Amino acid sequence: MNTELLVSAEQKKHARNVGFGYLGLAVITLAVFSRRPGDAGFKLTESGTSLTLPAQQFAWIFGIVFVALAAAQLLRGFGKLSSVVLSLATAVFVLSFLSWATAGESFSLVGMLQDTVSRSVPITLGALGGILCERSGVINIAIEGMLLAGAFTGAVGASLTNLWFGTIIAMLTGVFLAWILAVFSIKYRVDQVIVGFAINFFALGITSFLSFRVLVPNPDYNSLVPVMPISVPLLSKIPFIGQIFFVQTIFVYFSFAAVAFLTWAMYRTRWGLRTRAAGEYPKAAGTLGVDVIKLRYRNLMIAGAVAGIGGAWWPIGTVGRFDQNITGGRGFIALAAVIFGRWHPVGAFSGAMVFALAEAVRLKIGNFDTGIPSEFLLMAPYLVTLVVVAGFVGASRAPKAAGQPYDEQ
Amino acid sequence: MKLELRGITKRFPGVVANDDVNLSISTGEVLALVGENGAGKSTLMNVLYGLYKADEGEILIDDSVVRFTSPADAISAGIGMVHQHFMLVPVFTVAENVVLGIEPTKRFGALDIDKARQLVREVSDRYNLDLDPDAIVEDLPVGVRQRVEIVKVLMRDAKIVVFDEPTAVLTPSEIIEFFSIVRTLIASGKGVVFITHKLKEALTIADRINVLRRGKVAGAADPKTATEAQIAEMMVGRAVQLTVNKKPATPGDAVLNVQNLSVVDPDGRKVVDDISFVVHAGEIVGVAGVQGNGQTELVETLSGLRRLNSGQITLDGKDVTHSSPRDLHTSGMGHIPEDRQLQGLVTGMSITENLVLTRYHDGMFSDGVKMKWPKAKEIAKELVANYDIRTSDPEQLASTLSGGNQQKVIVARELSRDIRLVLAAQPTRGIDVGSIEYIHEQIVKERDSGTAVLIVSTELDEVMALSDRVLVMYRGKIVAELDPKKVSHMDVGLYMAGSRPTESAGAKS
Ligand SMILES: Nc1ncnc2c1ncn2[C@@H]1O[C@H](COP(=O)(O)OP(=O)(O)OP(=O)(O)O)[C@@H](O)[C@H]1O
Ligand SMILES: [Mg+2]
Repeated sequence: MNTELLVSAEQKKHARNVGFGYLGLAVITLAVFSRRPGDAGFKLTESGTSLTLPAQQFAWIFGIVFVALAAAQLLRGFGKLSSVVLSLATAVFVLSFLSWATAGESFSLVGMLQDTVSRSVPITLGALGGILCERSGVINIAIEGMLLAGAFTGAVGASLTNLWFGTIIAMLTGVFLAWILAVFSIKYRVDQVIVGFAINFFALGITSFLSFRVLVPNPDYNSLVPVMPISVPLLSKIPFIGQIFFVQTIFVYFSFAAVAFLTWAMYRTRWGLRTRAAGEYPKAAGTLGVDVIKLRYRNLMIAGAVAGIGGAWWPIGTVGRFDQNITGGRGFIALAAVIFGRWHPVGAFSGAMVFALAEAVRLKIGNFDTGIPSEFLLMAPYLVTLVVVAGFVGASRAPKAAGQPYDEQ
Repeated sequence: MKLELRGITKRFPGVVANDDVNLSISTGEVLALVGENGAGKSTLMNVLYGLYKADEGEILIDDSVVRFTSPADAISAGIGMVHQHFMLVPVFTVAENVVLGIEPTKRFGALDIDKARQLVREVSDRYNLDLDPDAIVEDLPVGVRQRVEIVKVLMRDAKIVVFDEPTAVLTPSEIIEFFSIVRTLIASGKGVVFITHKLKEALTIADRINVLRRGKVAGAADPKTATEAQIAEMMVGRAVQLTVNKKPATPGDAVLNVQNLSVVDPDGRKVVDDISFVVHAGEIVGVAGVQGNGQTELVETLSGLRRLNSGQITLDGKDVTHSSPRDLHTSGMGHIPEDRQLQGLVTGMSITENLVLTRYHDGMFSDGVKMKWPKAKEIAKELVANYDIRTSDPEQLASTLSGGNQQKVIVARELSRDIRLVLAAQPTRGIDVGSIEYIHEQIVKERDSGTAVLIVSTELDEVMALSDRVLVMYRGKIVAELDPKKVSHMDVGLYMAGSRPTESAGAKS
């Protein structure tokens, strides 16, 4: 019997690229991260228990590990374990980067991770909106516009009335923009990407204009006290983890719940089955009597509502005010998270965490003297987006019919 | 139940697809509907199924008028349809596809997938269809996918079942299985409308045959007395040559030379296993085999769409082992792919654009920057006329063509170039007898002008009629090289099934 492992030519090529990737990580770790002597201190709890890593030795050890990984990958590959190895390697690389940047100083790791989870909220909710649309066959580039408009109306609504009302207004704003997208792209069959962009420019333009003309002269319209973090009983007492995940605002808990609920709904309900059919092969659903048009309309509105709440996170969940272009492209990063997560809510959630982590790291590292220009650090989260999407997009598969208008005839 | 179509007229921009058509079908009988490509068969059935709205005419069930505004109405009236292009969600399981639209649910709209599985098992057991409810549809061979479509229809309690060219994609043994399914359906009191281009099949299974031509009913035939030639003439309006007319081949130099080719698919299976063969100028080599024995992968590799693991391919003496599809095209390979909608056409582009798709960069159609559209349109017009592509205007989208006419666009595009090798997979799938005659003539003409031809087809009749030499593929290997004039269909069938006829008279090796 022939026991030689058979692999297709395409897979061989991919495995080789990953091998060279490990080699690249080894070079960076050995040549750059081993340059700064000193201990890196990471605080693990609020009270001060901390982990101390000797940065230089750490880099040497992991550089050698990466060389070994590269050799193993190039010579025989990891077979079934290759994606596990890839994620472990990425985590180790991030850790060596952090210990290099922190060498000789210390910072609160737990604080940074807590910040990460909070920052993931708008990205997660935006991504869920994207999933709802794309899974039912409509590309939604307008997530950014929905977040931004939601942030604006949320700020004004909450300043004039209360936080709940502000959040609801933000939600309705998202629904309204989604309705515009639906009418143009589903009913009038205008190119979905073009309508999406138009909505983004519209949202940016009108919120900038109104914030300059209305909010600046009337500071009362744009000043509110954001929600406070809530400690979940028991769960928040878990060491390390509790502090990170369970001492957060209601927005964070809402996004956790939304991820769980959407995962269940998408894969375990009648609605989910029909939605996925409409996104993969709408004709199959249509010929069985499912009203694809109505389904798409409804899902777009729900997506708008979710994205609107994501927008409300800025004024109501954190800073307490609206600023011009406060979303700064997070809606696009949310779309990247959708691709990263392969159109699965949990996947998109982890994508959102990766991007939020990049952002939180940037804010921390900015305080240290690492020699990295601050402009470059500002770029980092977007760079992570680029690398991650370029690296993963080939492997994931979009819903087949996303972007195509449905023809009843 | 008796279903009647009365005076149905359906117009599309520039064409009358159905022109005052009358037709009736009752439970307990098989009605075969035949007609040329573009005669309006699919359109008529889509009207019946509520997908299209007729411009004129009415539908009657048991002599009372009904009105269908969507497939949901037709389904609840007891009409089921298996479409020409399958309506299955590839990433769903069999059970998910089958219950879509009539999902059994638990509380809160949660899908009751166990119930769905059980329903699939019940229906497939009752009609002997043998389906695994948990299989993912895209992993299934076409024959099984069709059974999924049939279960879908049966689950909705259809009384009249329409099959739009069900046998076009099936292998000979699957077709026999399909016929026994049809007989079971009839025995359990259902009525069947069966659309086909293979007249032999219509004669075998039907109780009545109706012929459509250019949107109109051209007549009816009685399968007990009619012959293939008579029906073909009724369809096309002239006598049709049903066999291939060709002189013995005069093979020249080797054009395609494949040495020790092996291909491994992403699941780690060796789908093409150390194959070597040569196709000479001026000969037609046929590759016969049951679907799924590596022919698809072989063609994809030869056409540059798939990477190979080892081996060497030369075209006219030039090493093309790692050439791109574009390089292969410019080195003189014409490729008629297996799946016309997936690989052969860009259905969202016009017929003209599709016709110049492998030559648009050529000096004849572009000056390097700008396309020369008048020239492209002129050539397109010529090809549309020569290959009898039924369309009102070559500027229409390719998606508006009937299935067989889409196939003709591909054949016209590939054979009209200056080529050295034709690589044809299922070249006449879904094409009517008149056009098969024409395409076969063109392929033989290519051969006689010194082109090498490699035909890969699961249609044994076609391979045997057209080829000068037949290779049989089984489990990724070439198991026999035969002379089609010296072996019987029966013997080739045995090789295809992996066994060896006891008395191998025609076998060369
Ligand atoms: N959506 C459409 N828009 C415009 N024209 C169409 C459309 N659908 C079909 N037609 C035209 O209507 C005519 C009948 O097409 P139809 O698909 O019914 O043919 P058919 O008999 O099923 O042929 P085949 O055997 O090739 O499948 C053809 O001329 C076709 O081009
Ligand atoms: Mg048809």
